[in-house]
Amino acid sequence: MNEVNRQFKQVTCTINGKVRTTIVDVRASLTDMLRNDYRLTSVKKGCEVGECGACTVLIDGEAFDSCIYLAVWADGKDIITLEGLEGPNGELSDIQQAFIRENAIQCGFCSPGFILSAKEILDSGILYTDDELRKLLSGHLCRCTGYENILKAVKKTMYQRLGKKLPPELEQDETVST
Amino acid sequence: MYDISALYEAKTVQEAVSLLTAHPDAVIIAGGSDVLIKIREGRLAGCELVSIYGVDEMRGITKEEDGTIRIGSLTSFSHIHADPIIKKHIAVLGEAVNMVGGPQIRAIGTIGGNTCNGVTSADSASTLFAYDAILELTGPDGVRQVPIREFYTGPGRVALKKGELETAVLIPSKSYSGYKGCYIKYGMRNAMEIATTGCSVNVKLSRDKKMLRDIRIGYGVAAPTPIRAVHAEERLRGMEVSAVARDLLGEAVLEDVTPRDSWRASKDFRLHLCSTMAKRAFTEAVRRAGGEIDE
Ligand SMILES: Cc1cc2nc3c(=O)[nH]c(=O)nc-3n(C[C@H](O)[C@H](O)[C@H](O)COP(=O)(O)OP(=O)(O)OC[C@H]3O[C@@H](n4cnc5c(N)ncnc54)[C@H](O)[C@@H]3O)c2cc1C
Ligand code: FES
Ligand code: FES
Repeated sequence: MNEVNRQFKQVTCTINGKVRTTIVDVRASLTDMLRNDYRLTSVKKGCEVGECGACTVLIDGEAFDSCIYLAVWADGKDIITLEGLEGPNGELSDIQQAFIRENAIQCGFCSPGFILSAKEILDSGILYTDDELRKLLSGHLCRCTGYENILKAVKKTMYQRLGKKLPPELEQDETVST
Repeated sequence: MYDISALYEAKTVQEAVSLLTAHPDAVIIAGGSDVLIKIREGRLAGCELVSIYGVDEMRGITKEEDGTIRIGSLTSFSHIHADPIIKKHIAVLGEAVNMVGGPQIRAIGTIGGNTCNGVTSADSASTLFAYDAILELTGPDGVRQVPIREFYTGPGRVALKKGELETAVLIPSKSYSGYKGCYIKYGMRNAMEIATTGCSVNVKLSRDKKMLRDIRIGYGVAAPTPIRAVHAEERLRGMEVSAVARDLLGEAVLEDVTPRDSWRASKDFRLHLCSTMAKRAFTEAVRRAGGEIDE
């Protein structure tokens, strides 16, 4: 890399509700900026080619792979990472609690990404079918859990948020686990 | 960090044209879901980029006065899928782009990138071929329109001149009014998968729904570029809607397609797919158009 040609740009964006400004190398991905400049290490580096979803963040409410998003494009955008889900006294959000309760986390590497896609799904206020949920979560790879518990965690939180009664197969599951 | 030697950012179409003219070797980056991967793989390492991602005037879908549907080239797949104009008039295009990669890829990937990459497996391409889409190209000499069938000049190659970019995909009213279509993507998995073969069929039926007034068939991965099955279309046009027509279609398309062996699938399997998918997409398109195929 030719040092003389180094190019930088000022990027101002809202991250987890706060307006932040930094100067980035134009070669940086959004993952690089969030991890290195802001220490938001929930944003994982997995494949770095858009295949695994470990680097997922919400940009203007929509889930994106931050590894294939140039940091300079973040200027003016509203970004949410997993850290942004924390309550004022450090509480975990409903979907994070559901992930723990349902054993939807093992090594945890995929979890921040999955939880942000789940946030987009849940914030839509729509009651999805299992097939729709599978499709909406299909941009993530998990090497540990086998996906079933992740699906369950999202599905239960979806029913709870919408104030709907859990479908029988999930309700049965509740009585066994408590 | 990406191995990029310089990045020039355009905010308007005019700026993009000027930057492309000033930096003739620079590569256009829209959403980057092809370009950034190639940089990571090393195939484009060290390149200069002209980013058009910030050219907001190239986003969005509108219906013009003459009924033409205009899709800005930077419109993402997720926005095309959710758009009410697309749902109402060309639902099959919204369905086709909803089969690209996974949700995050659909949020970043653009229809301009999906056509300008010149790739035969591009999920929007067969449907755009099947709807006789017109591409609007803007360059130093102004704006020109090119029918999509003349846009592909070979695998990975398209008819963009130096300094030009694609600014919109246009679908004229006569191409979609009264037509109903269906796209089938065959892949080894349901998501995060490039098509082994893609087939998009649309039909226009007579008022009593008994006769095929028109039929158009687009394919991906049935040839080095996306194609139309013109021969099969000619054979079927004007026929009665029937199982005979459907089976004839399955045979006739074999004269149009020229798939190859690849690590994804053998030529023979792709020929089988081309025939079977055409019949299924046809059956579904007829059903959506209000017709019925009696066995
Ligand atoms: C994990 C993953 C899965 C994928 N799955 C699929 C899939 O299932 N189906 C599918 O079809 N594709 C798939 N793709 C490929 C890619 O997402 C699409 O081709 C997408 O449409 C590219 O759009 P983009 O805006 O990101 O393109 P970019 O990478 O920005 O550009 C692609 C090419 O087009 C040129 N270009 C872009 N816009 C313009 C313009 N307006 N004018 C002139 N030239 C332009 C660029 O110079 C480049 O050569 C996948 C990619 C990834 C990373
Ligand atoms: S690290 Fe971004 S998708 Fe894998
Ligand atoms: S919990 Fe380990 S990758 Fe998903």
